[in-house]
Amino acid sequence: MSLSYDLSSEHEMLRKSIRDFAEKEIKPVRQKLDEKEEFSYDLAKKMSELGLFGITMSPEYGGQGLDTLSYIIAVEELARVDGCQAATVAAENGLGIGPIYNFGTEEQKRKYLPSLCTGEKLWGFGLTEPNAGSDAGNSETNASLKNGQWTINGSKIFITNAASKITGGVTVQCVTGNKGDSGKEISCIIVEAGTPGFTAKEMHHKMTWRSSNTAELYFDNVQVPEANLLGPRGNGYRQMLATLDGGRLAIAAMGLGGAQGAYEAALQYSHERKTFGQALNKHQVIAFKLADMAMEIDLARTYLYKACWLKDQGRPFKKKRRLRNSIALK
Amino acid sequence: MKIAVLLKQVPDTETKIRVKGDASGIESDGIKYIISPYDEFAIEEAIKTKEKSAPSEVIAVSLGPVRVVDAIRTALAMGADKGIHIDDCGLAMDSFVTAKVLANALKNENFDLIFTGKQAIDDDASQVSQMVAEFLNVPQLMLAEKFELGADKKSATIERSVGGGTKEVYTVEFPAVIGAEKGLNTPRYASLPGIMKAKTKPVTTLKASDLVGETKPKTTNVNFRLPPERAAGKVLQGEPEQLAQQLVKLLREEAKVI
Repeated sequence: MSLSYDLSSEHEMLRKSIRDFAEKEIKPVRQKLDEKEEFSYDLAKKMSELGLFGITMSPEYGGQGLDTLSYIIAVEELARVDGCQAATVAAENGLGIGPIYNFGTEEQKRKYLPSLCTGEKLWGFGLTEPNAGSDAGNSETNASLKNGQWTINGSKIFITNAASKITGGVTVQCVTGNKGDSGKEISCIIVEAGTPGFTAKEMHHKMTWRSSNTAELYFDNVQVPEANLLGPRGNGYRQMLATLDGGRLAIAAMGLGGAQGAYEAALQYSHERKTFGQALNKHQVIAFKLADMAMEIDLARTYLYKACWLKDQGRPFKKKRRLRNSIALK
Repeated sequence: MKIAVLLKQVPDTETKIRVKGDASGIESDGIKYIISPYDEFAIEEAIKTKEKSAPSEVIAVSLGPVRVVDAIRTALAMGADKGIHIDDCGLAMDSFVTAKVLANALKNENFDLIFTGKQAIDDDASQVSQMVAEFLNVPQLMLAEKFELGADKKSATIERSVGGGTKEVYTVEFPAVIGAEKGLNTPRYASLPGIMKAKTKPVTTLKASDLVGETKPKTTNVNFRLPPERAAGKVLQGEPEQLAQQLVKLLREEAKVI
């Protein structure tokens, strides 16, 4: 009998590779990109060459076929150096590629996934509106079906990866009807970039994730074929909830990676900065704070990895995920 | 073309080194190991050469305890095709024995090219690569900063610096041993699909005890010591003229360098 908390050598190798990449390729440019609010196509290309898009997706559709833990370690290591690049990767895997991979028809998967998994194109997931987020009942963007065409009207906000030069399109959550007492019928519909009436506008003056690509989307009588419906009609709400469930693991990884980076910076500074005749970390109050940080980070990591393991085992992971999110995001 | 890369796993430069109580070596507990950085250049150059001369294969070779298989796996994840792990079997080794064992492992494999780092960053001996070439009776070129495969794929042009900004340019016919210097290339990162593929690539294990023959070490380490702690620096204060005087005085009287 044995219980092991060691990562496999593949996971360790992956962590080292992503960490080296983040240190050597992202760190030198992160501040400038942040100041200029610039999305880096160069980094997106390099990250795609590393295989950071479609990490958990099957190689059949161009994915890398790795487990959830690999994905989470990759996001964690990117976030340790730069939350913006981590956001690009997490949003693309979870929100861009995820819904098409999980709910798309075979034809949709074959059509869209290969170019998304190579990172040649990015994809957005249009959920949030000025007055609605995961509270999909408040969504105003609507779509009506007539003569085999959906006509979409409305707008979305804070949509990651949706207004870049390489964005291939978005999956939009729309109100597609009324189910009487049980509320609105919600469905997800695929809209390709360049469809007439569809505008994606880059958002600026964000407080954080400033070099990640964030968009406002406008749909003005946008017409797409009926076959662009993602999965069955009326499944949009369930699809969104399932997507966000997986997404929370990546958000926790971003919290964890950010905390790790902050802790390392604090630790180093506490060695360098001297007050009252000694280094900061020799003051007990600071040493205790650092110890608490290290402990909470370790706790969050342990929980997060366990949640990944549960997910990979096909077992429920939501309780772990919530507990761990509350730790990691604190 | 058949290309070998010789890898050494060394302690990460960020690892805190502790000397064993009896000064016979360093404590291996808690050490994080990496591939010696010059060997990473060697891996990259081997893979680049393979890409330019298909069909070719790159075989990553490392001598050491089981842990060095991690270094081989990393090379496989970067793009090498096969690995050979030579278990050191706990034998006493110096550069001479190491080179002999490696050469004996390589001699029947008929490699066209053998890439190595110019030196390993742990003992900085810079001997093994040259000795391997000698034992295999093939030419060696260390400190390669530029490697250009010949059109015939049977030779290469190599550039290296000899100080003072002068470059030496050599052409060499294969088989040959090439020692990589910094600047030769930028090693690629092991990609996620590369890491997945590495799992399925074959790694053969050989035993140093079968390869060493009668070879005995020519040197032994008798005493390991950490370098003395560096004393805190001095900050001089005052006007430039006084500063210069103080500095000259200290350099002459304290540091005794002028």
